[in-house]
Order: sequence, then C-alpha cells, then structure tokens
Amino acid sequence: MLSTSTPPDTNPRQSLAEEADDHDVIAVPLRHPWRWVFAAVLAVGFAAMAASLWANENVNHPTINEFILDPRILDGVVLTLVLTIVSMVISTVLAVLLAVMRLSNNPVMGALSWLYVWVFRGTPLLIQIVFWGYLGLLYSQISLGIPFTDFTVFSMDTNTLIPAFAAGLLALTLNQAAYSAEIVRAGMLSVDEGQHEAAYSVGMSPTFTLFKVVLPQAMRVIIPPMGNETISMLKNTSLLSVIAVLEVYTVATQISSQNLRQVELLVVVSCWYLFLTTILSIPQYYLERHFGRGNARSLPPTPLERVWSVVRRVGALPRGPEADPAESQNQSERTDAS
Amino acid sequence: MTNLLSDPRPGPSAPGAERAPGADPLLVARKVRKSFSGVEVLKGISLSVDAGEVMCLLGPSGSGKSTFLRCINHLERIDGGRISVDGELIGYAERRGKIYEMNRREVARQRRGIGMVFQRFNLFPHMTALENVTAAPIGVRKLARPGALTRGQELLDRVGLADLAQSYPAQLSGGQQQRVAIARSLAMDPKLLLFDEPTSALDPELVGDVLDVMRTLAADGMTMIVVTHEVGFARGAADKVVFMDAGVVVESGPPSRVLDNPQNPRTRAFLDSVM
Repeated sequence: MLSTSTPPDTNPRQSLAEEADDHDVIAVPLRHPWRWVFAAVLAVGFAAMAASLWANENVNHPTINEFILDPRILDGVVLTLVLTIVSMVISTVLAVLLAVMRLSNNPVMGALSWLYVWVFRGTPLLIQIVFWGYLGLLYSQISLGIPFTDFTVFSMDTNTLIPAFAAGLLALTLNQAAYSAEIVRAGMLSVDEGQHEAAYSVGMSPTFTLFKVVLPQAMRVIIPPMGNETISMLKNTSLLSVIAVLEVYTVATQISSQNLRQVELLVVVSCWYLFLTTILSIPQYYLERHFGRGNARSLPPTPLERVWSVVRRVGALPRGPEADPAESQNQSERTDAS
Repeated sequence: MTNLLSDPRPGPSAPGAERAPGADPLLVARKVRKSFSGVEVLKGISLSVDAGEVMCLLGPSGSGKSTFLRCINHLERIDGGRISVDGELIGYAERRGKIYEMNRREVARQRRGIGMVFQRFNLFPHMTALENVTAAPIGVRKLARPGALTRGQELLDRVGLADLAQSYPAQLSGGQQQRVAIARSLAMDPKLLLFDEPTSALDPELVGDVLDVMRTLAADGMTMIVVTHEVGFARGAADKVVFMDAGVVVESGPPSRVLDNPQNPRTRAFLDSVM
C-alpha cells in the first residue's frame, strides 16, 4: 500500500533506497501489445463467421425460433436429461461395486469384474444399444425361476418388460459402469496405503474404511473425469435414436423428416445440448470443492462469493483511500487474474 | 499436561496398577518370524512387555524393528512364532490345538485395543482434527456423538491443541499433526500403544513437543512400544531398551545397561554412530 508520509529530510537518494526497502515494489506493469493484436484478429474472424452463418439463405431463422421451445422438443430435452442423470447415478453405484470387486482379495470377484469391463468396454456402445433394443429377438420371453428345472416365478414378454426407454437406459448404464469402474479404481488406488493402515489401527473394518476413509478421498480424483463422463453421456443419449427412444435428437429427426428443415433442427438440438452441458458442469464445481476440503489451506471463493465481493467493492468505492483490508485483498486478486 | 489417560481400566492392563509378582506380561512375543518374498526380516524375536512398561526398540534401519511393530497389530501377518496381547493371540485363534486364521472383523476388534502412531502421521486429510479423533469412537465403538466429541476435545486439549480442533491436517505443522495422531489412537482407550518412529518425519524444533506428550503418557502408566532413534528419549522414558539388528534381538535390558554400558559390539557401533 502507498505511504502518505512526508519524505524524511535526509539525502533524497538514500531515502528512495530506504523507501524501496520498506515498501512494496511499485513498478510499471509489463505491456503485452501482441495480446491485443491477436484478440483483434480473432474477433474479426469470429464476426465474419457469425455473419456468414446468420446471412446464409439456406438457414431459416423463424424455423429455429419456432422449434426451440416446441413442446415435443422440450419433452425430448427432459427425457435426455432424465436418461443422463439416471444412467450416471446407477452406473456410478455399479462402478464402485466393480472397482471394489476388482481390488478385493477374492479372485472370483476380481475375475468377474475384469470380465465385465472387458465385455462392455470392448464392444461399441451403438451395438450394445441395438442389442438391448432387439433383446426380444434373442429371448422372446424373460422368466425368473430355478435354472435347469421347470419351476418359474414369473414369465413375461421381453418387449413388454423392456420397452425402448428401459432398453436404452440399460445399454447406457451398463456401458458407462465399465468406464466409470476404471475411474473409481484409479481414485481408490490414489489413496495412500498409510490411510488404510491408520484406519485399521483404530479398529475400523474394511467396509467402514472404504466408505469413511478411502472413497471420500478418492472422490477428489474421481470427480473431474466423472464430470467428463457425464457430459459424454449427455451426448451419447442421442445414439438411442436408433431404437426410437424419444430423446431430443430423435424428436428433432422426426420433426425434420416432416418439414425437411434438417439444418434448423440440428441448430435447435445443438443449442439445447450446449445449454445442458453448461448446466451439468455447475454441480461438478461444487462437488470438487466439497471433496477438496482439507486439501487446500483455504478454499478459493465460489463464483457467487466473487460476485458479492465485487458488489461490496463497488459499494465501498466512495469511501475513499481508507478502505477496509478486504478491498485490498480483492485488488490483489484482480491483479493475479489479469 | 497431566493424566492423558481416561478412567483407569480394570484388569491387569490398568495403568499403574499394583501388579502381583509373576503376573502375565501384557505383550508376549515368542520366536516371531517374518519373511518378505523369501528374505527373512525377523528371525525369531522373543520379548515381553509388562503392563505400564515403556519399551524402546532401537536399531539400524532395516533391522526389522518397524516390521515387528506392525506384526503386533497384525498389519503384517507373521510366518512363525506367536504374538499375544493381554493373553489373546493376535490374528489367529487357537481352538482344540489348531491355529485358525481370524477373519477381518475379528482382527479389527483386536486392533481396537492396540493404538498405533505412524512415522508419516497418516491423519485422515478430509477430516478436521476433532473428526480424526472421534471417527473411530463414533463409527466403530458406537459411542454417543456428544460424549465422543467432548472426550475428543478433551484429548486434543491434553496434547496442547485445544484451539486447533476444527483445523484440517494440511493446516497443521508436522508436530501438531503427530499430536493429533496420538490423540486419535488414545480415543480408543487402547491397552497398548505402538509408536513407529514418531519423530523421524519432524523438523528438529518440533520433535520436543511430541516427545513431551509421549513422556506424559509414559508417566501416566500407558504401556508403550516405541521404535525410535531418539536415544535421549529412550534413556529418560524407557523401562526397557531392546536393540535389534538384522532381524534378531542383539541386546535388551534397562536403559542404564543397554545404552550406557552396551555389551555387544554391534550395539556399541550403533550407539556411537547416532550419538
């Protein structure tokens, strides 16, 4: 902070030196002219691209406006979101189970988990979706009973038991579990062996250790790739169009096959996917903060807290130079960010 | 800091209890052997520790002292011999002349009575100091939360960390973390405390605080086995010093004999090198 004290009446040179010793370095910041040039070139380029798209006569803007909030599209968006969230939640539970099995001392469990990951990660998702969609061709009836006997508890037509929605959900969940299992396993392996030993030394059981000590710490490593997987999943739901699940892309293709406005409906769908991926990355940020507690000496402020601190700063401006210490902290943050 | 221990426990393991002559020692190890991938690191360790006694294990690195310590709470399973604490075989059950391996739940139950303090502290980084201390009492012993929190705060007070109960391990210095770790192991009211080089990872100026807490514990009658390089601590606090080298006990006895008048040339060479 600047000192307002009068200069001491000694040799001016010496006083400058002393001042430099006592106070923060006040230097003219380094200029970066090329950043401005580069930014300007990019801005012109983007503007030209946007203008050409906007002015393209093959794109009918009123059609985009007409369908972006169409009830059928909105229903598709809801279904897409439901598919994404439900399959991510169930697959994560499955993934933890698979990872624990893989890391257990039980060789049968380990082999089973390995086999699962091998099968579901080794075949294309599209084929798995079609497979579950056409399960009725493989087994026309699904029955529950004792193997190799005639005793059955119930028996049901496959296409009634597993409608397209359930088949799609099944395909996405089972496939995702294989990928997530490896992420969870990596997270669990990242936890130091000393943590297990410390937990065992106070008499915790392996299960208690897993849930209270290992998984909470593994979460810090697991969440960023899982955020990635969630966004991947959101977009993979569009593959369910091959078995006619009415998610947003299927709905859009149905509409465009009637009005022949393919490009416009693709723009509508892309806008919705972009919107949904943006929304889905918010919980990731807060989950990372939650599970990162104890790892940083102090947590950085959330975006909301940042907004508030700026509001407070602006409110504090008229008070003049004798502002509170919080303000100077904000200033230093701003300098860091630039 | 006085009386780090909670209420005195009944039975032969009660701290400072008057023991009848000839009472069974708290820890008995007989001919303990342990190999890692063909290399024998413990070649028949036999020793015993009475309740209320402090035993220091000294020796060059690689002599097997940490491995032996880890065998006592079954973090390592032994290949030969017997270890029993309070008359109970560790990690195995003896029925009708046969030895059965214990399942993990039974091992966990045994470990509740044996505290351990690690060289690298191994605090749970996602929990505050107080949560570290109370996690096992609440989750494993199923103590009521308010009582466990009060007792946890009390233990933190007594290791000199009353104000840091809500801090996370990353916010504490090494010495403070190690004292939280000691409080954590005390929270289970163990009858035996194991220390695995508790001050080796600390800056020199922080060692004193941790050793002070350990001396207080020793004075309060806690039974302790300490693997350490702090010869000064061993001289002041230990009832018995055991010098190990290459997987065998070379020399053991009171500190006045082993540390000040060592008989074995290997002991003498080691003490010369560390002092």
